[in-house]
Formats: sequence, structure tokens, C-alpha cells
Amino acid sequence: MPISYFSDVVKEKVAAVQDYSLLAGRSLTNLFGRPRYYADTLMQADLIGVGSLPIVVLIGFFTGAVLALQTSSTLQQFGSLSLTGQLVALSMVRELGPVLTGILVSGRNSSGMASELGSMKVTEQIDAMRAMGVDPTKKLVTPRVIATVVMLFFLSIISDLVGLAGGFMISYLLLGLDPNQYWTTAYQALRFGDVFMGLGKPVVFGFIIASVGCYYGMSAKGGTQGVGRATTQAVVSASVLIVVTDFFLTKLLMGIFER
Amino acid sequence: MDAPDTLLRFEDVSIAFDQPVLDRISFGLTRGETKVLLGEAGTGKTLVLKLALGLIKPDSGRITVLGQEVSAMREQELYALRRQIGMVFQESALFDSLTVEQNVAYRLIEETRTITDEIHARVLQALEFVELDHTYNLFPSELSGGMRRRVAIARAIITQPEILLYDSPTGGLDPVTSNTIIELVVKQRDVYQTGSLLVTHRLQDAFTMASHYFDRKLNKMVPLEDGSTRNVHTTFVILRDHKIIFEGTAPELLRCHDPYIREYLS
Repeated sequence: MPISYFSDVVKEKVAAVQDYSLLAGRSLTNLFGRPRYYADTLMQADLIGVGSLPIVVLIGFFTGAVLALQTSSTLQQFGSLSLTGQLVALSMVRELGPVLTGILVSGRNSSGMASELGSMKVTEQIDAMRAMGVDPTKKLVTPRVIATVVMLFFLSIISDLVGLAGGFMISYLLLGLDPNQYWTTAYQALRFGDVFMGLGKPVVFGFIIASVGCYYGMSAKGGTQGVGRATTQAVVSASVLIVVTDFFLTKLLMGIFER
Repeated sequence: MDAPDTLLRFEDVSIAFDQPVLDRISFGLTRGETKVLLGEAGTGKTLVLKLALGLIKPDSGRITVLGQEVSAMREQELYALRRQIGMVFQESALFDSLTVEQNVAYRLIEETRTITDEIHARVLQALEFVELDHTYNLFPSELSGGMRRRVAIARAIITQPEILLYDSPTGGLDPVTSNTIIELVVKQRDVYQTGSLLVTHRLQDAFTMASHYFDRKLNKMVPLEDGSTRNVHTTFVILRDHKIIFEGTAPELLRCHDPYIREYLS
């Protein structure tokens, strides 16, 4: 009995990974076929991009500020306070900007996608769509994937920028650093590999957020309780996947760019 | 080889989930015919509709719809075929974030989301058919259960599909509203001669369909006169224990001596 239970659980997990992979793959192959739902994509872009902007700006700014504040004491011990700009720039652009923005957007939008699509699933709206000859992966999933990838890319850039501004505020007002010195060290520290890493990660994270959110929504079952479960699972899975993927991506890109 | 008038055919179709639900069932639907599926809850009536649409695949057997073998087609191939079929879901399944007009026009505005004057006119025509043309600006949550079913019917018929599938269109509604819905189904049958499969729990609805026709001059459903030879093209299928235990017309059903059917009818 326990062995069959164990094998059932394993089968269930493998089937879930298979279903997720199929859905994620379809969301990409749909890019090359018609129909294309431009209106839905734009609407999602507005919802994800513009909707997430205030929170991304706030979190980005204070992350940069606290980073400068926390590291200043250590840098001061080595007499390297002037490197604050470099430290904030490298940390924000390579790591904190994309990861924090990814986790924020996953909390805000992965859950939104899972609950919206989950509600549609349990009220047979997805079946109704299929019955009317409309492919739900094209109509619902692909527009969300495109919108999230594009918007997370720009949101990460904004997050990096306001993070640097936050770091600057602390450096200038509290640490008394010269503004020119802060911005020069920040700018000069960044190499092509750092910028590539900072801009490449949001593309991968955006895909994870949208595909995981849509997968949990499309596979929701068990009424409103099932929708709630799908929403929670979507946020947890997307956030964990972002952090784990970030580690491997960082390792890979550091190897490639020798940084 | 199917007759040219055959819209839909099930041949030895079986499907099981944890237990068998349908076991080698076979039947056909011809142009202009309405087939009423009856049976207790859980006998697989809704499943028959979902199988016909290819939303679920059978374990074995062949399902042919409009000359194409649905049971052997891939999901991506099925979308074009499904556009020729209208489905009215049990709980209406209207898109709750869209207005009635956007719901009814869904197939026509799928890509653009833009309602042109021509599409607006077609939506109004479909809504007039179900006598709800004043509701086009409302959201489904603002409608009663009966009105939602009627909007679902308007959504299904807007493209004048070849086949209509009704899943308990009168389930959970009061007798007066149920009668309105059945009148719409009869109207669609007699005015447009659309072939349809109708699942219902209400025997009364089934017999109303078999004993009434839609009078275009009076613009309402009227009972057949005594001794009338008018063919209302309505047959009954009864499912029980995974099988079809009866298939025939209303008079044949009433003459049937099977003890279960007698009890079911009483």
C-alpha cells in the first residue's frame, strides 16, 4: 500500500512536469502561428507593466538605499567608501534588480493569472472557449507570456535605475560622498557581461512567472478552494523557480563572461 | 459510409474514468433532427456532448462529426471543426468579465475585440431571437439564471452552426423559464433545421419538444393537432448502466414495456 501510494505521488509529479512543459512549449510555438491576439497582449502588458510600476519603483529605490547604508560601514573599515557606487551598481544590475522585480511581479501577477484562469477553468469558461474553436493557449497563455517577458525586462531596468538613485541618496546625504564620484564609479564598474546578465535574467524570469501562473490556473480543479490553492502554488513555485534559476544562470553567465 | 445527411455518429464508443461510464454506445444524428438524451444523473449524458466536441477523447470507438473523425484528431485540428458546432453549457459558461454583447459576438471578435456595426447588428439579431436584445450592455452577473441560458443560446447560434449541443438548458430553472428555453430550442429546430443533441433531466421538456412545433406566423410554439402527421424530427435516447437502453420516437417510448423505462416515465 505505501509503495503504490509513493508511486502514485511520483507519477502525479512527473505528469505535472510533463503538462507544464507542454504548456510552456505551446506558449512559445504559438508565436509562429495565427491567430495573434495583439489586443489581449497589450491589455496584459498594461496590467503587468504599468500596474507593477509603483511597487517596483518603491522597492527598487529602498533596496538601493539600504544596500548603500549596510555596506558603507564595511567599506569604511577598508577606506573604500568611494566604491559605494560601484557596489550598488553591480549588485543592483546583476542581481537585485532582476531578482527582486521578478519576485515582486510573481507575487502580483503569477497569482493574478492563476486565479483568473483558475476561475475560468472551474466555471467551464475555458471549455467554452475550446468549444467555440478558440485555442486557450493562444488566447490566454501566449499574450501573458509575451507581456510578462517584455514588461519585466523594462521593469528591471527601471528598478536598477531607481536603485542606483536610492544608493546615491544615501551616499550623498548621509555618507557625504561626491555625486560625481558615485556616478562615475557606478558607471565604470559595469561591463558588457554585467549588463547582459541584468537584461537576460528578466527574460527568463518573465517566462517562468507567466508560464507557471498560467499552468496552475489552467490545471485548477475543485471549485473556489481549488482556485485558492492554485494561486498559492503559483506564487510559491514561481518565486522558488526564480531564485533557483537565478543561481544557475549566474553561474553560467559568470563562466561565459569571466566575471 | 455515412449517409450525406448524417451530421454526427458514435460507433462503439467506450470511456471509463475510475469506472466505466459509456460502454460501446452507438447512435447517429441526421440533419434537422433533434436527439434528446435522457438518463439518471451520472450516466454520461454530458460526457456524450463533450466527446462529440472532442473536448474529451474516448478510450475506444469512433466519433464522426460533419464527416471528420473527431476521435482521431489532434486538439489543434479540432478548433476549425468546433467553429461549426454550437454548445450551450449546463451553467451557461458565459465569460463573466465580458458584456452580453461581447459574449455573443465572441466568435466574431476573437482576434480584434472590436465590435463593428455589422457585428453589432448580428449580435442584436441573435439576442432578438432569444428576446434579450435590451441586455446587450449588461454583464452576465446582472442577469437571472434563465436569461444567462438564453444568452448562451444566442452565443451558440450567432454563427448558425450545423450542429447544436445543449447541456441541460433548463436545469435548475422554474417551469415558466424552462418552457421559454424549450420554445427557443424548438424554434431553432423548426426555423433553421439545425441538428441538435439535447441533454435533459426533465421528461416534460422532452415530451414538449416531441409534441409541439414552432408556428412562424404566430411566432410561438404550438402543440401538434390530434392526428397530425407533421414530423417534429425529435427522437429520444435513454442511457442506463453505461449503455443505450432505448432509442426511438415519443410514441415508441410510450409503447415501450421495459420495466425500468416504465418506472422512469412514471
